[in-house]
Amino acid sequence: MSGHSTYQPQNGFMKWLERRLPIAGLVYSSFVAYPTPRNLNYWWTFGGILTFMLAAQIVTGIVLVMHYTPHADLAFNSVEHIMRDVNYGWLIRYLHSNGASMFFVAVYIHMFRGLYYGSYKEPREVLWILGVILYLLMMATGFLGYTLPWGQMSFWGATVITNFFSAIPLVGESVVTWLWGGYSVGNPTLQRFFSLHYLLPFVIAGVVVLHVWALHVVGQNNPTGVEPKTEKDTVAFTPYATVKDGFMVACFCIVFAWFVFYLPNYMGHADNYIPANPAVTPQHIVPEWYYLPFYAILRAIPNKLLGVIALFGSIGILAFLPWLDTSRVRSANYRPLYRQFFWIFVVVCLGLGWLGSKPAEGGYVYAARLLTLYYFAHFFIVLPLLGFIEKTKPLPNSISESILDKDKH
Amino acid sequence: MGAVGAAAVAVPLIHQMNPDASTIAAGAPVEVDITPVAEGQVIKVFWRGKPIFINHRTKKEIEEAKNVNLASLPDPQPDSARVKAGKEQWQVLIGICTHLGCIPLAHQGDFDGYFCPCHGSQYDTSGRIRRGPAPLNLAIPPYEFLSDSKIRIG
Repeated sequence: MSGHSTYQPQNGFMKWLERRLPIAGLVYSSFVAYPTPRNLNYWWTFGGILTFMLAAQIVTGIVLVMHYTPHADLAFNSVEHIMRDVNYGWLIRYLHSNGASMFFVAVYIHMFRGLYYGSYKEPREVLWILGVILYLLMMATGFLGYTLPWGQMSFWGATVITNFFSAIPLVGESVVTWLWGGYSVGNPTLQRFFSLHYLLPFVIAGVVVLHVWALHVVGQNNPTGVEPKTEKDTVAFTPYATVKDGFMVACFCIVFAWFVFYLPNYMGHADNYIPANPAVTPQHIVPEWYYLPFYAILRAIPNKLLGVIALFGSIGILAFLPWLDTSRVRSANYRPLYRQFFWIFVVVCLGLGWLGSKPAEGGYVYAARLLTLYYFAHFFIVLPLLGFIEKTKPLPNSISESILDKDKH
Repeated sequence: MGAVGAAAVAVPLIHQMNPDASTIAAGAPVEVDITPVAEGQVIKVFWRGKPIFINHRTKKEIEEAKNVNLASLPDPQPDSARVKAGKEQWQVLIGICTHLGCIPLAHQGDFDGYFCPCHGSQYDTSGRIRRGPAPLNLAIPPYEFLSDSKIRIG
């Protein structure tokens, strides 16, 4: 792309290091000279926000482990010990628990931005699929972490989610016993969930490296969906993208801090302040807000196996998106029909989320069935057909042309 | 050879997650004195970490369980196959919803049996699934009567 300058070590030590490990050159070409499309808007800053949130979760998580005890008899009290006795323990725990929610806020914005601007299309399929894998890993990590305080929601959430696997024909029961390490959710389950909850963030960090690598091979998409052609279409990552990302990280932290300091339990459930009790299921068992749309899909289907298949299918289908969307135009800015269907899809996802928080009875179930049907129709019918019937708007010849045209008006 | 070696190493790494010796030992049978359970009462005991319902059914509940058109059931099973012969007032069930593992509430729902608050499955007085997403009847643990007033579960 644009003829960016290459790294020139300035002092003797850097010259010595560069000949042996060209890490400074790699950082320079990836995060300083790297050309980014000049028309990126603020929706493109969420990748940076997500990287920040991952680092924040790892730092607060490692600190929490210094005070937490992963044992069925001790876990609940050790979390209360963190809240009451440990210096700033309340702050670190609230940062970690609300951080998980903020992490998901950022990832959903990041994903919908990709959907709107067609960021999954050729040649960014692998980049997109790595993103879907990251999302799945995030969901697994969030679920495992939620079991660790060993409250009522922790215990029953773990029971319901692990029971998904009992829907597998023939071997389901053995798989669930293996996951539990017992005949029900108990101490062995908690200990292995703790081990995996500590592991997965580092797996996520590894896949993030692949995600960024793939991004830097194919380059960033942009609001026009037209690839940069000349140097005039791009600006250097530093200072332009670094400052913009940094500014948005700061803005995001204001929202994050507002939850941590003013509404620390808003996104949690009161039931999780009751110690786990294997004898009583809470009256209204709901997962964390970020799983609610999928929970609604699960409950919409009156058959156990099909419900579980639909739940996993609703996430897995995202990986096939690059081939289900048949339109060659990336950005919804130039796709008048897709733009409308995109917003309908956003409303359907929010609607499913709302229904997931409601009891599974009466009209809620029928509404959830309708929206579940639409969710899948969006991928299997709307997207494949739109590519053939939609009359797209003319694309600008280049990114700089699209910007200069705007200035003329 | 390499594949055989890898498989041989994989076995302990995977099998370590199955229930350990202490968990299996703690899953030994339990004996329960059922004398204090009054007619119409359901008690809950634990075996292998699972809640076991012991229901002392009333005449009405037994009649309801018997007078059901089996063809209309999602998981057809006569009531006689779900109790011990001659002890049909005693019904012993694993109190775990066959949908996703929540504990149903006794004496609730449209069939006088059990109602699961998680996803709305309803069971009748024999613990058979009647409505909702659960695919199967409530399971029956292995148990036997040691005497008229004592049972052993497991």
